[in-house]
Amino acid sequence: MNKHVMNEAIGETRLDRGTQGVIGQGVDRYEGKLKVSGKAPYAYEHLIGEKVAYGFVVPGPIGRARVKSIDTAKARAMPGVLAVVTGDAIMHSSAQPMGPDVPAMKGEIFHYNQPVALVVAETFETARHASHLVEVDYEPLEGHYEMEGRRETGRASDGGPMAADTKRGDFEKAFAASEVQFDRTYTTPSYHAAAMEPHASVAKWDGDQLTVWSSCQLLDLNVKQIANGVGVDASKVRLLSPYIGGGFGSKLGIGPDAVLAALGAREVGRPVKLALTRQNVFQATSRRGETIQRVRIGATKDGRITCFAHETDTPNAEGEGFFEPSGISTVFLYPGDDRLVTHRVVTTDVLTTSAVRAPGEATGMLATESALDELAEQFGIDPIAFRKLNEPEKDPQEDVPFSSRRLLECIDEGARRFGWADRPSKPATRREGEWLVGYGMASASRANSLMASSAEIEMSADGRATVKTSMTDIGTGTYTILQQIAAEMLGLPLDRVDVLLGDTSLPASSGSGGSWGANSAGSSVFVAAEAIVEEFARRLDVDASTLTLKDGHAIAGNRQIPFSEILKRETLTVTGKIEPGDTSDNTNQASYGAHFAEVAVNVTTGETRVRRLLTVGTAGRILNMKTATSQCYGGQIWGIGYALEEELVVDPRSGLIVNHDLAEYHVPVHADVPKLDVVLLEDRDPYASPLAGKGIGELAIAGVGAAINNAVYNATGIRVYDYPITMDKLLPRLPEEVGAAA
Amino acid sequence: MKRNRRAKRSMKLKINGVEHELDIDMRTSLLDACRDHLGLTGSKKGCDHGQCGACTMLVNGRRINSCLTLAVMHEGDEITTIEGIGEPGNLHPMQEAFLHHDGFQCGYCTPGQIVSAVGMLGEVADGWPSHASADVKAGAALSGDEIRERMSGNLCRCSAYPNIVDAIETASAKMKENA
Amino acid sequence: MRPFDYARAGNVAEAGQMAGRFIAGGTNLLDLMKLEVETPDKLVDITRLPLRGIEETDDGGLRIGALVSNADLAADPRIRRDYEVLSRALLAGASGQLRNKATTGGNLLQRTRCSYFYEPSQPCNKREPGSGCGAIGGFNRIHAVLGTSDKCIATHPSDMAVAMRALDAVVETQKVDGSTRAIALGEFYRLPGDTPEIENVLEQGELITAVRLPKPFAGQHRYRKVRDRASYAFALVSVAAVVRMDGGKIAEARLAFGGLAHMPWRDETVEKALIGQEPAMANFDKAADILLAEAKGQGENDFKIPLARRTLKAVLADATKGA
Repeated sequence: MNKHVMNEAIGETRLDRGTQGVIGQGVDRYEGKLKVSGKAPYAYEHLIGEKVAYGFVVPGPIGRARVKSIDTAKARAMPGVLAVVTGDAIMHSSAQPMGPDVPAMKGEIFHYNQPVALVVAETFETARHASHLVEVDYEPLEGHYEMEGRRETGRASDGGPMAADTKRGDFEKAFAASEVQFDRTYTTPSYHAAAMEPHASVAKWDGDQLTVWSSCQLLDLNVKQIANGVGVDASKVRLLSPYIGGGFGSKLGIGPDAVLAALGAREVGRPVKLALTRQNVFQATSRRGETIQRVRIGATKDGRITCFAHETDTPNAEGEGFFEPSGISTVFLYPGDDRLVTHRVVTTDVLTTSAVRAPGEATGMLATESALDELAEQFGIDPIAFRKLNEPEKDPQEDVPFSSRRLLECIDEGARRFGWADRPSKPATRREGEWLVGYGMASASRANSLMASSAEIEMSADGRATVKTSMTDIGTGTYTILQQIAAEMLGLPLDRVDVLLGDTSLPASSGSGGSWGANSAGSSVFVAAEAIVEEFARRLDVDASTLTLKDGHAIAGNRQIPFSEILKRETLTVTGKIEPGDTSDNTNQASYGAHFAEVAVNVTTGETRVRRLLTVGTAGRILNMKTATSQCYGGQIWGIGYALEEELVVDPRSGLIVNHDLAEYHVPVHADVPKLDVVLLEDRDPYASPLAGKGIGELAIAGVGAAINNAVYNATGIRVYDYPITMDKLLPRLPEEVGAAA
Repeated sequence: MKRNRRAKRSMKLKINGVEHELDIDMRTSLLDACRDHLGLTGSKKGCDHGQCGACTMLVNGRRINSCLTLAVMHEGDEITTIEGIGEPGNLHPMQEAFLHHDGFQCGYCTPGQIVSAVGMLGEVADGWPSHASADVKAGAALSGDEIRERMSGNLCRCSAYPNIVDAIETASAKMKENA
Repeated sequence: MRPFDYARAGNVAEAGQMAGRFIAGGTNLLDLMKLEVETPDKLVDITRLPLRGIEETDDGGLRIGALVSNADLAADPRIRRDYEVLSRALLAGASGQLRNKATTGGNLLQRTRCSYFYEPSQPCNKREPGSGCGAIGGFNRIHAVLGTSDKCIATHPSDMAVAMRALDAVVETQKVDGSTRAIALGEFYRLPGDTPEIENVLEQGELITAVRLPKPFAGQHRYRKVRDRASYAFALVSVAAVVRMDGGKIAEARLAFGGLAHMPWRDETVEKALIGQEPAMANFDKAADILLAEAKGQGENDFKIPLARRTLKAVLADATKGA
């Protein structure tokens, strides 16, 4: 095993030399032809032609209860029904990404419409109908379905994605003594990842060996979760996720489908296919918790921030450690000697909350970046100038240097490209027909992390390379960037590099999540490729640093030798591993950017439309400009949804998630999205990874909704503190005069 | 006791020019007939309720949500799925354009987007107006706003929308060239 | 979805006698059957009936076959030219795919989008008479503010029907016994009252065969739909308007509203109040006062009352400008 531990900054690499000329290029996706022709098999689409059975989940329509009894006789009597699976092992929601535990129901209903049983039948249609015939008798228990009135019960969890509390100095004292005090409370609703592919699994037993095809992001953890859930040893389980129809965090932990399909398959003695319905996905996987965020900022009279507090209340189910870490960027993004970032978890009996795209930043910066806009206005300072005035020189919490932080460059570049100078200097002063027009901006930041990951490169005798790792591609472009890294490092044309992903029989990887995938898995490929180069150099008896590799040839001095000759008709296989090291501790690493939005608010109705959106970002080396830009479009559009449309509604009387489908949970549609602009500045972060790259997948969602909110204020003079900014919140304060004629 | 209803029914479906004989549950949607019984898994199930567009197929040249119709109701129809649009090695200009413009990420909504786009261009060619048309009396011309409105029945959570619009514009031009 | 018998109707006369639930586009019926909100024992497939034509009537109007798709109707040159409000309303509804499948008759018979109606475990007097109303006191952002009852506050989701209501459309039907009747759309729907499960005046087995439009109404045609996202969403408020000016004053105003009630809402006293008036905001406000005099919010949907007022005023301002 060739291992690289990230203990110091990386020097010049073959990626910098770019001899093959493929790294960074916006090449088409490796698996693209399969995807555009419907030939890429997603979880449910395996075992075509085999005799399989179909599962359908029985939901428990009560908020909190103990199951007294389940009568499956009617369902089982239906012709075509093969089994009704019940029992303690049924998962009531998705597993959390933090460990191998799974949430087994153990005879209880923890939230409305959780799974209580699985019908397995010869056909999907039979299973679906029979699910209505399972009769469950409940003993209702007291349930709490909202945070309101119970916020004082919030607990500090030590099982979350960051410390519950991060403190420095004495905030309360500093704030009390501040010349200027800003104190606002913001709320964000519950959101749902709503990936287009519903969680689905196909399970097949061969004796005591279990194979599961499922839609999962972190295979090496997920396979343990499945084993735990089914009650077998993880060595007996193989998990495959070659294609994943979107995850956005909702597939970091396994869904209830994986274990249910395996239990069902064991019971009926043949493979079982189970796709959750869209209604199940909304009610039985996981969601992003709603937040109540208090932001307090102390400043001097001339606009310098001196202390900063960001306190978040957010719910989760009983015993759950995860919380929405809204203060995650606040810890290092804003200055102030006295600092306070806290999170409290209020227990509710509603679907588990867990990680959704950019946990923390996606909600926290809706608050803090709106707060900065309002505070800048109070000082009569342009929001850009205000940020420049308050740009910290080092990590204000830990006093360590930033590995690289080019936030102000992003802001300046964005302002220039966007035409920020044309922003209406006073709110509610620009009207075009029926539309009030405004500009807004916000900063973006996303903490960077590197995870342990490994990959194998197999060089076949004819000089082709195959990259193998359990890593997943959830739409982020993993197949493509791993192909590009291997091709660049090894000097191979792209069409001579293959990539195999999504299989726990391959070397263990970081999986996809937290924007760490490309750098972690990519670095493992880098390490493996370096080892191959070393081996080539050894065989050619030259120093590796003098060896140039291009188009399948090694060039050493005046010799040019085809790889096939170096390989001597033998396959060469090496494994590379990356591990995080000292640079994670002695530098503060994050990706940065700036968003600029132009919105139009209809003066009659309060309907808000985004007209322009520009994001300028830096995230170290960009491995593929096309797929990285696409990721940023995704973040921007999520920002549109979060700012204007999305809201998962819980009925506080029963705990029912009311809008549990895609008709009533509004994600943005084509018509909501104008032409977007994304600019990624040329950048390297040598402390972040051997690739000198940082996470990009979640950067663009951080702060973008606040830029939209700030633009709504600039357009209307109305500040909204409760997301989403729907028309009912604007209507009471819009001008009385309606229509186009002003 | 309920009457014992005839659960299964044999039916003929013509998909991508090929006749298939099926003996399946009457309740089977056109989408599930393809995915569960014919090995045609290119069309996707995203919501099963006509709320996402991932299952879009062409029936007699017009795009529909195949999840919201019964297979048995389509005997005698000409059905086109993504598999009938083009295959690797012989991609349709729309598929080529989606590939080059990165009009997808996870790829799950993609077959529906592509089939919908092909159907949509047919509607434009026939002069159908849309909600985005300034004058419904006039014929239809393709523009960014027109594409966005007409494609709004196809959700993409990865949010490849800007690239999809570019891809459709490119493919439309290419298809006119080829015509 | 419960098992059902399936039969195809070969002609209009036999369809009603086949004693089943008619299915055409199926976009709403199958949606609800999958959830077992609808549980028909038998489906009668009427898609092969010859009801796909749009023909001119003797009085200068149009007869639209019940099976004409929403897409074909919206694109019909006569509809676009003479009944623009209808074309606009159709195009504002659903998606391209759904409009290709959904039919004229089926669109009229759409069920509400109330989330409590859609969730079989929740009380709903419309789905299960006597079980109560989940929406009252619940999440009722999309619900009705006019003509509600303490049994039901659901709205009718159609855009098409709102425009047809403004156009005085007439529904042509055939009963089981073969007799036919014509029902003015204004008499077709029912308010929820104590029986929200009964949504219209159709009898068991009565088949909608066509919708008849009277000869075109001159004037400015507008359909304005207000919704939470820019497309592919149901109306929170919609206004269908045909407004004719004469000598700088309003000569005729045909106004119907969606998103406000259990049925497309039309109030002729609102229209009468506008006739002979100048197109001034004060006059539009008076019309809105009449329209909304009895409006009652349920909490989450209170905003619909000012929203309806503002939208009506803007539509009237737009339809009367330059006159």
